[in-house]
Amino acid sequence: MKSELSGGWPAVARDLLAALARGELSSVELTERCLAAIDARDGDVRAFLHVDRESALLQAQQADALRARGESPGPLAGVPVAIKDVICEAGQPATCASRMLSNFRPPYDAHVITKLKAAGAVLLGRTNMDEFAMGSSCENSAFQATRNPWDLTRTPGGSSGGSAAAVAAAMVPLSLGSDTGGSIRQPASFCGVVGMKPTYGAVSRYGLIAYASSLDQIGPFATDVEGAARLLEAISGHDPRDSTSVRRDVPAYSRTFDQPLEGLRIGVVREHFGEGLDADVASAVQAALKVYEGLGATLVDVALPHQQSCVAAYYIIASCEASSNLARYDGVHYGHRAESFDGLVDMYSTSRGEAFGDEVKRRIMLGTFALSSGYYEAYYLKALRVRRLIQQDYQRAFEACDVIVSPASPTPAFALGSLIDDPLAMYLMDIYTIGANLAGIPGISLPCGMTSAALPVGLQLLAPAFEEERLLRAARMYERETNWPRVAPCGA
Amino acid sequence: MNATPIIGLEVHVQLLTRTKIFCGCPNRFNPDQPNTQTCPVCLGLPGALPVLNEEAFRLSLRTALALGCRIAPFTKWDRKQYYYPDLPKGYQISQYDLPFSHDGVVEIGGETEGDVPRRLRIRRAHLEEDAGKNLHDESGRGGDSRVDLNRAGTPLLEIVTEPDLGSAADARAFLEDLRLLLTDLEVSDCNMQEGSLRCDANVNVRLALDDGGTATTPIVEIKNLNTFSGVEAAIEHELARQIAEFQRTGRRFGDPGAEKETRGWSAERNETFAQRGKEEASDYRYFPDPDLAPVTVAAEEVARIQERLCEPPGARRRRFAGEHQLSEYDARVIVSQGRQFADYFEAVARACGDAKQAANFVTQDVLRELNARGLGIREFPLTSDVLGGLLARVAQGGITVKSAREIFGELLAAWSARAEAAEDGADVDVGELPGEAAIERIIAERGLAIVNDEGALEAALAAAIADSPRAVEDFRAGKQQAAGAIIGKVMKQVKGADPKRVRELLLKKLA
Ligand SMILES: [Zn+2]
Repeated sequence: MKSELSGGWPAVARDLLAALARGELSSVELTERCLAAIDARDGDVRAFLHVDRESALLQAQQADALRARGESPGPLAGVPVAIKDVICEAGQPATCASRMLSNFRPPYDAHVITKLKAAGAVLLGRTNMDEFAMGSSCENSAFQATRNPWDLTRTPGGSSGGSAAAVAAAMVPLSLGSDTGGSIRQPASFCGVVGMKPTYGAVSRYGLIAYASSLDQIGPFATDVEGAARLLEAISGHDPRDSTSVRRDVPAYSRTFDQPLEGLRIGVVREHFGEGLDADVASAVQAALKVYEGLGATLVDVALPHQQSCVAAYYIIASCEASSNLARYDGVHYGHRAESFDGLVDMYSTSRGEAFGDEVKRRIMLGTFALSSGYYEAYYLKALRVRRLIQQDYQRAFEACDVIVSPASPTPAFALGSLIDDPLAMYLMDIYTIGANLAGIPGISLPCGMTSAALPVGLQLLAPAFEEERLLRAARMYERETNWPRVAPCGA
Repeated sequence: MNATPIIGLEVHVQLLTRTKIFCGCPNRFNPDQPNTQTCPVCLGLPGALPVLNEEAFRLSLRTALALGCRIAPFTKWDRKQYYYPDLPKGYQISQYDLPFSHDGVVEIGGETEGDVPRRLRIRRAHLEEDAGKNLHDESGRGGDSRVDLNRAGTPLLEIVTEPDLGSAADARAFLEDLRLLLTDLEVSDCNMQEGSLRCDANVNVRLALDDGGTATTPIVEIKNLNTFSGVEAAIEHELARQIAEFQRTGRRFGDPGAEKETRGWSAERNETFAQRGKEEASDYRYFPDPDLAPVTVAAEEVARIQERLCEPPGARRRRFAGEHQLSEYDARVIVSQGRQFADYFEAVARACGDAKQAANFVTQDVLRELNARGLGIREFPLTSDVLGGLLARVAQGGITVKSAREIFGELLAAWSARAEAAEDGADVDVGELPGEAAIERIIAERGLAIVNDEGALEAALAAAIADSPRAVEDFRAGKQQAAGAIIGKVMKQVKGADPKRVRELLLKKLA
């Protein structure tokens, strides 16, 4: 064991990159170590749906060879990254944790995969999720329920629960998730890791299997802010294949994240600390605000008047888009097709009926209904109007503050099975995170404490669009002052 | 019973872009190698995203402006959702409530004496993607159906007219002009066999009843008409069928059970037939496609395209009739050959100063040669300058029309001989086209120049009269044709003499 690498190895991307650069560690060793950690712990955690050992070791060998030849090895050279099973990687499964795509292997790489390959990363495996990214607990996976590494009776959150748990259990130092209504930030908070949703348009969605196109965004998980900054830097940037991808230079997050912000104004929304918020979570977040004040930041009361409409608007817009995005899974060209059926229409309905889970069906039906003639104006158009009001709320709030701080989730990780029959309670898990997706702004969740039951609490910071750099610097200011555990006991 | 047809058309035009509308796959008709022009985007694979092909949008703007449409400053893309195996995403990207263009107008007819021109309003033109093609087992053994997605994602312009057309003939005339326009604009090849121009017709009829009231029959949409004659025949048939049906059932537009019906057209049986039952009130659940950004069109860009538009065929025919004094028939023949041909005609007319003569030559001689040689006007070896120069000689009395035809044939024959020699490996320059020098040479060699030397003619005439006492006698006895022998002698003597002038002189002499 290398001396610089503390417990929970492999955990911190910076340390690993440094060790790789110094030649104290090879990518093959690191990758083998990750694979061993998966062998040791994933039987319990169940974060991975698919691990391609051969491919991972081959990529690691290539990274080592490149470094040995003295060629520029790329900013993430040799570091294993786990990928949420919703992002296409040529030749690897991309099931979206659905029976519908259980045999589907895309023939092409998502833009972020191309970027990661260019950065020299080792793509290690595919992580579990709620089916088609619909859910907040990973229990909607058709294949397995991922468990929270801090307490195996609890959920890691969702939908990117597998990617969060894989990092929290120190099976991999970095992973990618996708965030449509909080699917990165909520599991990051449940698992005590850093998770970030970039501005809509900052990271290409090309190759991200769509749930709700106007809300989906790919983002990083890491054990610390620097890891998230490095991974975000590697995957950001314009992609002509995604019309919603923005033409903008990518700031050097990995170089600026450690610079504190002078005179930081922190917006606090009074309603965020009201009914339904767990007492331990509330006090952890209040304590975090005190830390910021101690660093010279000022707290500003800001209002988000339409906050209470976020969840309703989100579930209409997301379900409408999902009902359309998932229409392509009809059993004709790829994906599950029923064994027996009577005619074309029956082939469609039987194939879809067999292969989609309950939550997916619920949202397809909700969206289909809301887009139907006679309901479109009352639901979809009205939800779009609410979305604009919410966007305006954030614009106004950011005139008075630089970042908005809140809990990432109203509760710590809940017990597996406890909400599975109460979709509405499950939907309310997203009340703090959904606004950022509707407004298209970036958000980050980072560990800010432990509950009395030794569960991590996540602190959410939001910033105006394309202010990822500000967000990372503000998050790092807090992180420097605190020392919350970075990996779960099972991974340490 | 007085019947007024009410006809509107929906025309689908495949645009001639290099690549498909939302991906980089080649846009080419290729039914023999199914699913070879595809990629994750047009296959509708999970995670793939569309990106608008700007060329398709530009061609659409050009077409809409030529149809007199207004261009929307802001337009967006909508998903039209339905399930069908040739539609891999489960939705078609189209334009619903904000099409890029709307409210155009074109003129039909008014080109013959007493024919009053009709206005046809264009309701809208919008851009969308074509679907793939389902291929069913036609052996009757019940094999699997297959899907070819080569066509999926071909840019498709849908042009919707108002129901202003009052006859099947007008519907056909509009479509024929539309095809000319689209090919002139180089936005589509309009190959109807390959499906790059497809038409649906909405047809019903307003009847003046014996009791003084009126009745309107239910609307029928005739789908997939893919020939001009088919359009005309299908509408004719459908109008008659609707009148007969009304007389039998009395069912009117808007009655319960009289919803819009979809019918097909069988050219073999010469009748329309019920395609599916009553059209279900299909709900396409249109909504804006979140994967595509709306498009804003700057007024300057519209102006720039407008400036470069070519003259629409109808306007050109009317101008030819006025400016060049052409017959309606000649104008129609020339314009129907396409823009390049009409340009050629105009250049010849300008060069020779006699549009009538130019029209005669291009509609008869040039067209005949093009057809015989399988050439387009752009490959025709006689440039408009050369033909214009040749016909200018006729107009100025330098050669006769007959001589011009002879030279025309000679120039082409010489060019063909050279081309053939080149094919056989001879070292000749086939790039060199017949020119002025060749015309001059043929005139000189064959003595085709009209001789206006009155002294020479007088002398030759005097000699011919002296030489033909019999013919003179017959002529004086009233046999007009006897003059021919004398004129023939003069013509033999003086190459290039104008027979008209010789006859005049002869008549004067013998009077
Ligand atoms: Zn394609």
